[in-house]
Amino acid sequence: MISNAELVKKYCRHNKKFPHIWCPGCGNGIILSGLLRAVDGLGLRKDEIAFVSGIGCSSRAPVYVDFNTLHTTHGRALAFATGLKLAKPELTVIVATGDGDATAIGGNHLIHACRRNIDMTTIIFNNYIYGMTGGQYSPTTPHGAHGSTCRAGNIENPFNISALVEAAGASFVARTTSYHVMQLQDLIKKAIRHRGFAVVEVITHCPTLYGRLNKAGGAPEMLKWQREVAVPKNKAAKMSPEELEGRIVTGVLVEKELPEYCDLYDEIIRQAREKAGRGGENE
Amino acid sequence: MKKSTQYRLLQGNEAAAEGALAAGVRFFAGYPITPSTEIAEILSVRLPELGGKFIQMEDEIGSIAAVIGASIGGVKATATSGPGFSLMQENLGYACLTEVPLVIVNVMRGGPSTGLPTSPSQGDVMQARWGTHGDHPIIVLSPASVAETFHYMVKAVNFSEKYRNPVIMLMDEVIGHMRARVSLPPWSMVETVNRIIPNMPPEWYVPYERTSMGVPPMASFGSGYRYHVTGLVHDEQGFPTGKSSEARDNIMGIFKKIERGFREVCLVDYHRMEDAEHAIVAYGCMVLSAMSAIEELRDDGIKVGLIKLGTLWPFPRFALEHYLPQLKTILVPELNMGQIYREVVRVDMGRAAVEKINKINGELITPDEIIKAVRGLAR
Ligand SMILES: Cc1ncc(C[n+]2csc(CCOP(=O)(O)OP(=O)(O)O)c2C)c(N)n1
Ligand code: SF4
Repeated sequence: MISNAELVKKYCRHNKKFPHIWCPGCGNGIILSGLLRAVDGLGLRKDEIAFVSGIGCSSRAPVYVDFNTLHTTHGRALAFATGLKLAKPELTVIVATGDGDATAIGGNHLIHACRRNIDMTTIIFNNYIYGMTGGQYSPTTPHGAHGSTCRAGNIENPFNISALVEAAGASFVARTTSYHVMQLQDLIKKAIRHRGFAVVEVITHCPTLYGRLNKAGGAPEMLKWQREVAVPKNKAAKMSPEELEGRIVTGVLVEKELPEYCDLYDEIIRQAREKAGRGGENE
Repeated sequence: MKKSTQYRLLQGNEAAAEGALAAGVRFFAGYPITPSTEIAEILSVRLPELGGKFIQMEDEIGSIAAVIGASIGGVKATATSGPGFSLMQENLGYACLTEVPLVIVNVMRGGPSTGLPTSPSQGDVMQARWGTHGDHPIIVLSPASVAETFHYMVKAVNFSEKYRNPVIMLMDEVIGHMRARVSLPPWSMVETVNRIIPNMPPEWYVPYERTSMGVPPMASFGSGYRYHVTGLVHDEQGFPTGKSSEARDNIMGIFKKIERGFREVCLVDYHRMEDAEHAIVAYGCMVLSAMSAIEELRDDGIKVGLIKLGTLWPFPRFALEHYLPQLKTILVPELNMGQIYREVVRVDMGRAAVEKINKINGELITPDEIIKAVRGLAR
C-alpha cells in the first residue's frame, strides 16, 4: 500500500494551500486520505478526476488535492456536478459534501441526483452537526443530542442518509466510519467503479463541536465509539431490531445495475440525429 | 445544412433559442416557467440533434448550477427563468466571481412573487443589476423585436465568452410571445466568439492571471490543466485568500474587464435624434409604443426622437450625454415604477426635464399615452 508520504507527494497540491483549515483530530482528513488511496488503487489519472464540493468544513477537501477541483455554493455541489458530467462524460466525477450540505440545503438536489442515476460518486461526511458555522444541529443530529442551536436537546428526528438515498433510487449505497479506514477506501473504490449514482456515507467525528457539546470526548473516544457501534451488513442480517438499536450498519448496502443517464442521453442524441437527417443546423 | 438565409415566422422565445444555437450553445438546463417555457421545449428537441444536451433540473437553483458546471466543462450554456430568476441569484454571483461564461434568459413577468404570470412587465431591471449579493459587474441586454432577439442572443453568448462573465437576456412577455417573420442567416455568416483558452503548458498556467485584455484564459476541466475554482475570493492561482491586496485585485479585476469592454457591450440605437429637442428613452416592448408615437408627434411638428437601449447594464450613459445639450425633455416609459428612469435622472444631472410613465398592472403603455405625455412636455 502507498505510504502517507508518497500519497501526499503524489496527490496534494504543492503550490500553497497548506496547512489545511481542519481542527486537530477532525475526521475529514481521514476520509480525504481514504479517497486518495482509492484513487491510487484504481490507477486513475489526476487529469480525469473532477472533485466537486459544496460549503462546509468537509467541502474544503478539494482545494488541497491536485485534481480538477470545484468548490461551489452551499448545498449545490451535485447540481454543478451534474452539468459538468453531462458536458464532459469522460470525467470521473467525485463529490464531497457534509450532512448539512447534502441533506438540508442540498436535500432536493441529492434525491433528484439519486433518481437520475448519473454516473458519479458522492461521499457524504456525516458528523451529525454543522461544523463550519459553529455546531448548529443538522438534519442528522440525533434526537436528544446537543448543538449550539439546540442546547436543551434536539427535538427533531434525524435522517438516516443511507436509507434516504436508497429510497430516492441511488443504484449504489455504502456506509462506513472514519475508524474503518480499510473498509473506507475499499467502499470508495467500489463506488467509483460502479456505473451510476453512488453514495458513500461516512460517519465521522467533529471533536471540536459535536464532541464538546455532547460530552462525547475527543477524537480517540469518538473513534472508539464508531468502532463499537459499527456492525457489518452480513452480521446485522442475523440481528434483531432490538439488537440493532443504536448500531450503524456498514458495508455495501445497495448495488444494482440500472441504465445510466449519460448512456441514455447518448441514445437520445443518436435518435435525434437520425431523425434530423443531417446536422440540424439553421432550419 | 442550409447555406442561404431563411425566412421564418418565429416567436421571440423561439428566436432566443435559435440565436443560442447559432452562437454555439450546446447545453441548457432549466425549469418550466411561463412565459419562457417555449425556450426549454424547443431546446429539448434541437440540442440533441446537434449533439448537445438538455436537462430539466429540479429547480432554478439547480439549473444555473448545472449550467455553470457545463460551462466549466467547456460547453457554451444557457439557463432560463422568470420568477425563477430570483432563485438563480446566489449562483449568478458565483459565476461572476469565478468568471464562468453563461447566459440567462429572463422573460420578465409581473411581480413581486407569483405576480401576474402571463402579463408583460419590466420589473426585474434592478434585480438583473443587483440581485446577487455583493458588488459585481453584469451585462444585461434587452431586445425590442423578434429579429433583434436572435441577434442579441448571439451577442449575449459572445459577450459572455469574451468577457467570462454572465450575461442576462432580459426579455418581456410581449417580445417573448410576439410572432414575426424574420430572416435567419446561415450559421456560417453568424459571428461567434469563443473564450480564450490557455496556450501555455499546464505547469505554467496561472488560472486567474489576466491577459492584456483583462480576461484570464479559461481551461476546461479534463483538458489537462488542473486547477481550483471557488466562490471564495481567490488569488491568481484560484486559491482562497484573505489577504486584502489579493481580495482587491480579484474584485477590481472582474470590474475592470467589463469597464474595458464598456463601449463594445453597450448596444444603443437612435431614431430621429439628429434635431430632437425631446427624447424618449425606451427598451424592450416599450420601443414599439415609442416608435409609433414618434411618427405621429413628428407629423405634428414636434421634434422628438428615440434613444433605444439594447443594453441596460452597464448603463450606456454616453448615449444620453451625447444628446443632452440639445434636449429640453426626456420621457422614460417603463412597465415598472421607474427603474431605468432613476439612471436617466442620475446621468441627466438636472440638464433636461426628465419625466416618466409607468404601468405595473399588466397593461401596456400605449402610443397615445406617450403622445399625450410628450405633447404636455413640449408645450
Ligand atoms: C446559502 C448559505 N446558507 C448558509 C451558509 C452558511 N454555512 C456554511 S457551512 C454551513 C453548514 C455546513 O455543515 P455541513 O454541511 O454539515 O458540513 P461540515 O461543516 O459539518 O463539514 C452553513 C450553514 C452558506 N454558506 N450559504
Ligand atoms: S469544526 Fe468540526 S468538522 Fe470542522 S474542522 Fe473542526 S473538527 Fe472538523
